Amino acid sequence: MLNYEVTFIVDPVLSGDEIKQTAQTYEDMLKAEGVSITHINEMGLRQLAYPINKKFSGIYYCMEFAAETGASIPKMELAFRRDERIMRFLTVRLDKYGVKYNQDKRDGKIGVAKKIVKKADKKSGRDNRSNNRDNRPPRAAAPKKQEPVKATPAPAPAAQEEE
Amino acid sequence: MATRDDIKFLSNPSIGLNRKKYCRFKKYGIKHIDYKDPDFLLQFINEQGKILPRRITGNSLKYQKKMATAIKRARHLAILPYVADLLK
Repeated sequence: MLNYEVTFIVDPVLSGDEIKQTAQTYEDMLKAEGVSITHINEMGLRQLAYPINKKFSGIYYCMEFAAETGASIPKMELAFRRDERIMRFLTVRLDKYGVKYNQDKRDGKIGVAKKIVKKADKKSGRDNRSNNRDNRPPRAAAPKKQEPVKATPAPAPAAQEEE
Repeated sequence: MATRDDIKFLSNPSIGLNRKKYCRFKKYGIKHIDYKDPDFLLQFINEQGKILPRRITGNSLKYQKKMATAIKRARHLAILPYVADLLK
């Protein structure tokens, strides 16, 4: 058994039903090919990092499936290329760690723990910084702001000291 | 005049000490890098969206390569930008 994962972006201009229909057609197509679909993740409307076809957002879908052979992949990709509703797609073969990762993520083992740790880190970092700024005595803060303004005269005293 | 003692306090004592770098994937046993997780991949790119080199991330060769492919896949799917300004 070979495990694959295909992620594709559906045009956001379409109506909700049309989008679901698009995903459904590919699901049916894969099933007709004799592929067992493990999971379909509807990631929803997301902001694109850069515009594709003059659009700034897209609806992400991720399908994970297991196939006996890779014969159905070119057919599926050809259908994606011909479909105007699909903005982008990416098919990836998953190794055993990838399958395990996806399974764990579905069970909520990875995503939750990771996010909590990361958010906690980020927040603590930001809070510490802001605290430091707040806790700084005003005397220390005031001259620091002035220093960059006097950037040019600053080196002069140093030079004098060297002399 | 700045005396020797003053200079000692002015300089940051932790500057000279270089912390040992490590591969976080090996250390925490991360075997798979998900290209759909931009928050995680953001740790390995700079402000312009470039992939950071191994000498900075400290990753082992195996995971640096996997990480680079994950970032490239994310770029293709517009999860991460190819070029950016002030990403962080």
